[in-house]
Amino acid sequence: MKFERKDLLGMKDLSVDEINLILETAASFLEISTRPIKKVPTLRGKTIINLFYEPSTRTRTSFEIAGKRLSADTINISASTSSMVKGETLLDTARNLEAMNPDVIVIRHSAAGAPHLLAQFVKQSVINAGDGAHEHPTQALLDLMTIKEHKGNIAGLKVAIIGDIEHSRVARSNIYGLTKMGARVVLAGPATMLPRDIELMGVKVFSKIEEAIVDADVIMMLRIQLERQKQNIFPSLREYAQRFGLHPGNIKLAKPEVIVMHPGPMNRGVEISPDIADDPSYSVILDQVNKGVAVRMALLYLLVGGGE
Amino acid sequence: MKLLLTGARLIDPSQNLDARLDIFIEDGKIAKVGPNLSKTSKSKDPDKITKIVDLPGMIIVPGLVDMHTHLREPGYEYKETIASGAAAAVAGGFTSIACMPNTHPVNDSRSVTEFIIRKAAEAKSANVYPVGAISVNSAGAQLTEFWDLKEAGIVALSDDGKPIMDAALMRRALEYAHSLQLPVIEHCEDVNLSANGLMHEGYFSTILGLNGIPSIAEEVMVARDILIAEYTRTALHIAHVSTAGSVRLIREAKKRGVQVTAETAPHYFTLTDESLQSYDTHFKVNPPLRSEQDVKAVKEGLADGTIDVIACDHAPHGRTDKEVEFEYAANGISGLETSLALSLNLLQDKTLSWPELIAKMTVNPARILNLTKGTLKEGADADITVIDPLREWTVDVQAFRSRGKNSPFHGRVMRGKATLTIVGGEIKYDDR
Repeated sequence: MKFERKDLLGMKDLSVDEINLILETAASFLEISTRPIKKVPTLRGKTIINLFYEPSTRTRTSFEIAGKRLSADTINISASTSSMVKGETLLDTARNLEAMNPDVIVIRHSAAGAPHLLAQFVKQSVINAGDGAHEHPTQALLDLMTIKEHKGNIAGLKVAIIGDIEHSRVARSNIYGLTKMGARVVLAGPATMLPRDIELMGVKVFSKIEEAIVDADVIMMLRIQLERQKQNIFPSLREYAQRFGLHPGNIKLAKPEVIVMHPGPMNRGVEISPDIADDPSYSVILDQVNKGVAVRMALLYLLVGGGE
Repeated sequence: MKLLLTGARLIDPSQNLDARLDIFIEDGKIAKVGPNLSKTSKSKDPDKITKIVDLPGMIIVPGLVDMHTHLREPGYEYKETIASGAAAAVAGGFTSIACMPNTHPVNDSRSVTEFIIRKAAEAKSANVYPVGAISVNSAGAQLTEFWDLKEAGIVALSDDGKPIMDAALMRRALEYAHSLQLPVIEHCEDVNLSANGLMHEGYFSTILGLNGIPSIAEEVMVARDILIAEYTRTALHIAHVSTAGSVRLIREAKKRGVQVTAETAPHYFTLTDESLQSYDTHFKVNPPLRSEQDVKAVKEGLADGTIDVIACDHAPHGRTDKEVEFEYAANGISGLETSLALSLNLLQDKTLSWPELIAKMTVNPARILNLTKGTLKEGADADITVIDPLREWTVDVQAFRSRGKNSPFHGRVMRGKATLTIVGGEIKYDDR
């Protein structure tokens, strides 16, 4: 199978075959990162621009390392150093970058749909590295890869996603990815963090974490953004940690071999207790980061490296 | 100049007319309406030349009246000027338009009102009627000088775009305006409920990750304002109704005898929130495009008379306002040149009859604004629109007279078009 897309904008558009192709390609790249000399010439002479309008350490570094290990030239533009502060529009920035002939533009933006706007106007490949509360497809792909490695198969698994679903692009991309791959997805969070009609995405919704994680094979904890407290979306961190945090007490409801995931950065002691986050019998959180590089290498390769 | 329009079907809901009638125009007024006028008029005025316009297959209606337009001048001339907006109006079949006060400066004083009226007179196109602000700078704190504004020429009051959150201010505005027979037009939106909202709240806002504007943001204010109007025994006009709940509240209020009237815009009975899936900012409008059930309810409201008026809510913008991230894009659709054709679709799906539709675009808005327009009565100003009901055309924003090329209908094939627009007896638009 050949990867035919110009852009990777979201999990919503991907077929099961495409997801499998990306995961298989990623698996073949995994080994490169374990070599003493972690570099292959695959994308030599290609230029990748990381255009980040939102602060990010993990995702930006991951894309940069992925590009460099494939011998591409990677350039980072972050909001603080970009022309955005001078009031240039996204499209003008895009046209300027386009004029310099890069091969891929990786974009993160606080506005949902910004990568779609960019992809419409530039001829280069665009990868969505997170747009507002919409999608974060590379995170979902690395999550699928992590689950697959630990569980062998994704179909039939029960996956619980817990926390602020409303503001989470990770949740949306994972719901698309997991349901396409045949997993059963359940959600839990305070009612104020569950977006309207979310059930129509093919998930079951609970108002208590305990109900959602019963017999779960996988638990994904979402980061709670502290500033949401000011918007009265939850009353206090204390109550949130007590009612929606994952800790040694409630994790027993899940299957004994459950794995725990978190897209990071974690609020230790809020959505996840350090006892769980650091327990290698549950936590695969650092494994997710590891898979992130491989998935992003695979995507860069498939989008610009010929991909056959 | 004298004009004789012959051979068309004439529909004038203000006189319950729907028949094959001719119309004779003299000195800017409608001189006579009747069957087979051709012979009689010629014999009456043998010396003077009468231009005879034969209109077989066409429909003659009173000049269309749009009570909700944004003309952007003064302040945002790159989006629209009074002249370009008035030109767009006649191209869309509108002979009279009321322009909202959210210009820069806001039309909250006599000087701005007089400026608009002067510019409109210079444009020599559609009749332009300014709407004055309810509160100074539309800031929702202090009432403007209603008397002075009325004397300067405003026909209604509104803080359109900025709902009046202070219920006590709304009460005072309704009472004071009512004593002057000035209609008050309210943009119903609870800004706390709609805070940061970008589109209708529902399944599509959820999957698109865009902050939702719940239907209750509109309905809470519709309910509040109906209660205030009922209590103070004053008249209230509700702008751009978009939700099923609003339709229900207005229907119930009318049944109780509350003096409430309402309008909707073509996009609220044509498009749903599903259209936003491409993040195309041309679909971004406030109130937002709602669900399929809301569209159905709006149509029912039009059909049973709950909604009195179809208004464009013409909101022209420049490219720079729309070619940005969805979140940062301006709200609004440039509507004057597509409104009639979209409204004609209501005939095809049997929502409305011809006279019902024309009433909602002529005499109904004219009555709400206390204008002697929207009628073909003898002696009235000769404001006339001729519609070719079968004309097929493709929307091309580059061909718009409006400076606002922001239309989600670009490229759409339409059926029905205004082909002749006459204002004060003069042909202002001719596309026969």
